[in-house]
Amino acid sequence: MSIDSFLIAFLLIRHLRKFAQNTGLAPFWDRTLLRAQYAALALLVVDVIIDEDHVFQWAWHVFLLGLLWFVYPRPEFRPTRNIVSAVFPLVLVNIVVDFIELVAPAFDKKYNNYFDMAQLLAFGWVIAAWVSTQRQQKALEKERQKRLEEEERNRLIAAQNTQLESMVAERTAELVRQKEELEETLTELRATQAQLIQQEKMASLGELTAGIAHEIQNPLNFVNNFAEVSVELCQELNDELAKVDLSDSDRDYVGGIISDLVQNQQKIAHHGKRADSIVKGMLQHSRAGSGRKEPTDLNSLADEYLRLAYHGLRAKDKNFNASLVADLNENVGKVDVLPQDMGRVLLNLFTNAFYAVQQKQKRNPDAQYQPTVTVSTNRCDEDVEIRVRDNGVGIPDSVRSKIFQPFFTTKPTGEGTGLGLSLAFDIITKGHGGTMEVETEEGKGTEFIIRIPV
Amino acid sequence: MKILVVDDETDVQTLFEQRFRREVRSGEMQLAFCYSGEQAVDYLTAHHSEIVLILSDINMPGMSGFELLRHIRTNYPTPPPTVLMVTAYGDDQSRQQAISLGANDLLSKPLDFQALKEKLKSVV
Repeated sequence: MSIDSFLIAFLLIRHLRKFAQNTGLAPFWDRTLLRAQYAALALLVVDVIIDEDHVFQWAWHVFLLGLLWFVYPRPEFRPTRNIVSAVFPLVLVNIVVDFIELVAPAFDKKYNNYFDMAQLLAFGWVIAAWVSTQRQQKALEKERQKRLEEEERNRLIAAQNTQLESMVAERTAELVRQKEELEETLTELRATQAQLIQQEKMASLGELTAGIAHEIQNPLNFVNNFAEVSVELCQELNDELAKVDLSDSDRDYVGGIISDLVQNQQKIAHHGKRADSIVKGMLQHSRAGSGRKEPTDLNSLADEYLRLAYHGLRAKDKNFNASLVADLNENVGKVDVLPQDMGRVLLNLFTNAFYAVQQKQKRNPDAQYQPTVTVSTNRCDEDVEIRVRDNGVGIPDSVRSKIFQPFFTTKPTGEGTGLGLSLAFDIITKGHGGTMEVETEEGKGTEFIIRIPV
Repeated sequence: MKILVVDDETDVQTLFEQRFRREVRSGEMQLAFCYSGEQAVDYLTAHHSEIVLILSDINMPGMSGFELLRHIRTNYPTPPPTVLMVTAYGDDQSRQQAISLGANDLLSKPLDFQALKEKLKSVV
């Protein structure tokens, strides 16, 4: 009975099967090895029953060699080669020993001890290979485990990274949004501040203007009055002179002086009146907003003053021609305003508009140019909007911020007081709580936009 | 007819004297001048019976034209002199106040002397 050969075969097959199962080889190999195991068991059983040792030991050798032969060259079983190759010497030694025993029993007897030693050594070799493989496997297993853990950790870190990444992106987006909001608010605040400063400036300038006007008015009245009364006095002097005896040449001379004096006084009175009309304009500032508001048909007011301004200019310049466009929306209806003040504002805007188109026409007399002044009205929610647009010379950027200031004018001396727009601004903002804006492009035209809350 | 002119501007005297030269010369009109409300009050205690018409500015330092008007209406009821108030602010509020205090009329500066002359003639 060759129990040792059986054990080796059995354990080798078991090892191979385990390997096949663990490494996921094709089930075909598992089945084949299982059959080999049954074959080994069957061989053992037959061996035990028949008990023909010298025959069966050769059967075992053939079986083992066949097994090794079968497994060794297969690339699938390469990792098991350590053990498989360790079994080879044992099988060979056993075969050699059994062969010598069969061929030369005397020799075998004489050196039996050496042969046993060789068998033992080969057996030990198998055990050692087994142990070392086992150890290697354990180390490999450990390595594999470690690698798996690491992979797991890496995956976890990667997942966390992705999460963090998305959180950062979210936060960044939020910050960017906040920044944009803040920037927008800042821009708005800046605009409001500029507007407030402008309004404040306008208000104080308006007050100052009215104050100055009041102070100037009294002395100016005296100038005018004394000039007028002096004219009367000169007339009286002339009358008295007629009663006195004088030579003709003296009479002419004195008469000449008196008529010069009269002329001078008239000039003083005339220019005094001019100053007076400026002062009156200035005083309008302090009166802007006083008076009573009445429901007024803004459309008809706008239309009326558009025509008035046009004909006013036509009266001075017969060659002037312009198209008037009145785009008046019926939804405006009647609005509570100071009709006279509103009329003054509209008249002023229209006059300016006609002036602007007239200037443009004068600059390029030959060009194909149709001067157009448009007034449009509209009601939007809580505001009534009046737009006065012209396609005239426009307002240069350099003076745009000054146009609502009192005494600012681009007209030649004597043609404009520079009070029109500043007064209009006051009437709209102070008198009606509205806004007045200007949009302009140099050379293209200007649009004034009035909004009055309803 | 004696007229009292009350104004803090002293040049008013010169102006009135020249403007009404003919009337003063012909004796049609006599002019008296005061430069403050207080001075006018003093003047009136002595001469109230002579004065037919008072022309007073409203805005004066110290006693204002309105206070002077109130004083005149309380102290000299018979015969009541005609009082014309003069103001640089021709607004409704001043007019209402002047009329309620008993002014006969309110004139606004600058004075239109032609109109004033007409008015004086109609008053007398």
